[in-house]
Amino acid sequence: MMSIHTSSDIILVRQAVRQMAVELKFSLVEQTKIVTAASEIARNTLDHGGGGTVKMEIINDANRKGLRLTFEDHGMGIADIDLALQDGFTTGSGLGMGLSGAKRLMNEFEIVSQVGVGTKVAMTKWK
Amino acid sequence: MEKIPFLQMGEYLLVTIQIDMHDQLALTLQEDLTNKIIQTSARGVLIDISSLDIVDSFIGRILSNIAKMSQILGAQTVVVGMQPAVAITLVELGLSLTGILTALNIEKGMLLLQAQATFPAKSQNKYTRQ
Repeated sequence: MMSIHTSSDIILVRQAVRQMAVELKFSLVEQTKIVTAASEIARNTLDHGGGGTVKMEIINDANRKGLRLTFEDHGMGIADIDLALQDGFTTGSGLGMGLSGAKRLMNEFEIVSQVGVGTKVAMTKWK
Repeated sequence: MEKIPFLQMGEYLLVTIQIDMHDQLALTLQEDLTNKIIQTSARGVLIDISSLDIVDSFIGRILSNIAKMSQILGAQTVVVGMQPAVAITLVELGLSLTGILTALNIEKGMLLLQAQATFPAKSQNKYTRQ
């Protein structure tokens, strides 16, 4: 578990995620996709969630391993998740590709959010 | 405070991004570079990103902004040296880096800038996809 409270924390998260992806022997392209997705969601956690945490875990199902990243914040929440997942939707400093882009880069992507309570994003890349 | 250094080569500026930029540093780069363009009357800017192992939408936006700002100040920007894995990821992420000229390496980027100065309209494909 790592906390995300400054933009330097985003770099630390990227490095930690990269290290786990290397340990799981993901290819360089897959590593790059996972780290990029992590960077996008970590930035959302910081900018829109007012900071939060990320849990990084190696998970197993019957015959494969995966890397699961769970980001949680207690910020303002997202009123319309479908809208937030559209390409080009932006409220802040990015290009509006954060959520939709991260979803494309991972295999599984789940987002739960409640206005005024917070947001949780869980995403997995299978090996 | 950390800074990203610039090299001046004639009428061009070379910026090599070698560290994992945090957000404030990226914004500082944007500001320093625009100031430097005015100080040196640079006509072109080469940004070498061969050391970057990811480009996310934030960095993409910074690169786009730099390209637009330098264009307004009379300098063309070429982003060079993108790693293949980064290019693949960018496409899937959905970033098109519209308005940014790219080249494989510094040498080709330089040729592109020189060609831009002579034939602004048609030079792009000639040097970017060799």
